[in-house]
Amino acid sequence: MSIPAVRQPTRRGVELILLVFAWLIGVLGVLQIGWATGEGTTTRLWITIGVVGALALAMHITVRFTAPYADPIMLPVTTLLTILGLVMIYRIDVSAAQRATRNNAPLPTPDVYAQLTWFAIAVVLFIAVLVIVRDHRRLQRYTYTFGLIGIILLVLPLAPVVGTTVNGATLWVRMFGLSFQPGELAKILLTIFFAGYLVVKRDSLALVRTKFLGLGFPRPKDLGPLLIAWLISLAVLVFENDLGTSMLFFGLFVSMLYIATQRRSWLVLGGALFVIGAILSYMFFGHVRLRVEIWLDPWTYAQDSGYQIVQSLFGFANGGLLGAGLGQGFPNLVPFANTDFIVAALGEEIGLTGLIAMLLMYGILIERGLRAAISVRDSFGKLLAAGLSITLALQVFVIIGGVTKLIPLTGLTTPFLSYGGSSLIANFIIIGLLLRISDRARRPDVTAPSVDEALTQVVRRP
Amino acid sequence: MSELALTLIRLGFLALLWAFVLITVFVLRRDLKQPADARPIATRSARPTKAPKASRAEKIKAPKASKVKGTKLVVTEGPLAGTVVPLDGAQVTIGRAPDSTIVIDDDYASSRHARVYSSEGTWVVEDLGSTNGTWIERTRITTPTVLPVGAPLRVGRTTLQLQK
Repeated sequence: MSIPAVRQPTRRGVELILLVFAWLIGVLGVLQIGWATGEGTTTRLWITIGVVGALALAMHITVRFTAPYADPIMLPVTTLLTILGLVMIYRIDVSAAQRATRNNAPLPTPDVYAQLTWFAIAVVLFIAVLVIVRDHRRLQRYTYTFGLIGIILLVLPLAPVVGTTVNGATLWVRMFGLSFQPGELAKILLTIFFAGYLVVKRDSLALVRTKFLGLGFPRPKDLGPLLIAWLISLAVLVFENDLGTSMLFFGLFVSMLYIATQRRSWLVLGGALFVIGAILSYMFFGHVRLRVEIWLDPWTYAQDSGYQIVQSLFGFANGGLLGAGLGQGFPNLVPFANTDFIVAALGEEIGLTGLIAMLLMYGILIERGLRAAISVRDSFGKLLAAGLSITLALQVFVIIGGVTKLIPLTGLTTPFLSYGGSSLIANFIIIGLLLRISDRARRPDVTAPSVDEALTQVVRRP
Repeated sequence: MSELALTLIRLGFLALLWAFVLITVFVLRRDLKQPADARPIATRSARPTKAPKASRAEKIKAPKASKVKGTKLVVTEGPLAGTVVPLDGAQVTIGRAPDSTIVIDDDYASSRHARVYSSEGTWVVEDLGSTNGTWIERTRITTPTVLPVGAPLRVGRTTLQLQK
């Protein structure tokens, strides 16, 4: 004799409308590139556009059936960012092909179709996450399993047979002709591990031993986990030469520790350890020192190691306030324009105005994730949603900060935009988990414990 | 394609991007109001609820208080702070048991700590035999007690508040 709950709006219609809008923006972008470069649009391209629409629709239908109360904003924003990425990768393909024709060189393989394949795989995994993980609290049972697999994945590129070094960073695993960055998946598994671990341990981690400068500091024996996280991220930096993943990993752990314990002293301790780590790596590792020196004065290195960042800054300057227009810039002048430097290419063609709109989309996405964290009713879900949102936030900050020369450049991919399968797949899994948690948070509660049912009175609905 | 047409399309693309962002923000507006609601409304309501106790107006005030029936239970302090549970007629259970409506991970809370249910147009709190008690304002409740709007309800280290 449960009382029918007031029907909560699911807002799936809004999601569908926004998805169609996002798709239309993408179509206009492709048409604009076609007109501006004089390439027109081929049948193959129209098929691509159709496939992207179908994939977006598939995600929408899955959400409708498996997570009806999920946040209506996250999926359209994610999809628009992915579509902008695809449009820009296509744009860079066109520019590379035109240059090859001018130089009578063989045509390079376009990347956009490969990226489309990765997008399709990401959508399949996104659907799988929503279908398999019906309740995020179940993930808590596998806390230590996920932690172990996460650490194995993190060190997998160092394994003798499968690990591969590309451009100085040992990040890739090559198997059966496919290369993959296991670190991208590791960050999700480790977030689940941190959330599960901190839910259990936070009471002892929040204990205060000594007061100093108005902040309560933890007992020395509770410092263990923080030191271990610090050592692992330093190890990643030393052995895999990957500044970005190392910073992401440590930043994630410190912020989750802060959220779990609500003690600011962890931020102070984490910040201090970060500074020590940064100084040590500046002193002992040539590649870190080079990055910092390029950051401080890229013009000295403009023709060699600072070439990328200098070209990227020229791109932003050429784009100006309103941008050169899609198809009217020179994005191929920046090396790795479609991976690390896709933001620079976008900044040139859609300008500051477009770039700010894009940053706002990231902001909205992260806000929605944190909102799900606030409103979900179990501690594990709170920590997991907060951790996943922080992963996205840190990535966006580190890479866009690096490309715009706000902080030293580190190799991280721009979530959803960059060319690259591992990152796209991992970030769509993150969105799947966030949607699952937000569905739980917004779903009206209808389960009344049966033990108390006899005591419940039937009352008029308010 | 003429120069003019390309410029128009270029500006149109930016306008569409911004339209998307603005529509998104518009859709979110209702949700964005929530953080304000999640704050304790102590300054507004603590005095009115205390005042009638001292005066003889208690009898007259009581039916009026029942008219302003709370529509949501907000967690104002503790690890779940910020959580809003809409009240829709069904009872809300609070405790460490995973099937509770509000699951509190707290050493000071019992598995089935308390429940909030609707009765005669008001919300009533009942302690379900918890170890550390359920408190409204500074009083430990022993019998099902009417929960006034705005009064702090404490369960373990968590404080909840009924809001309009």
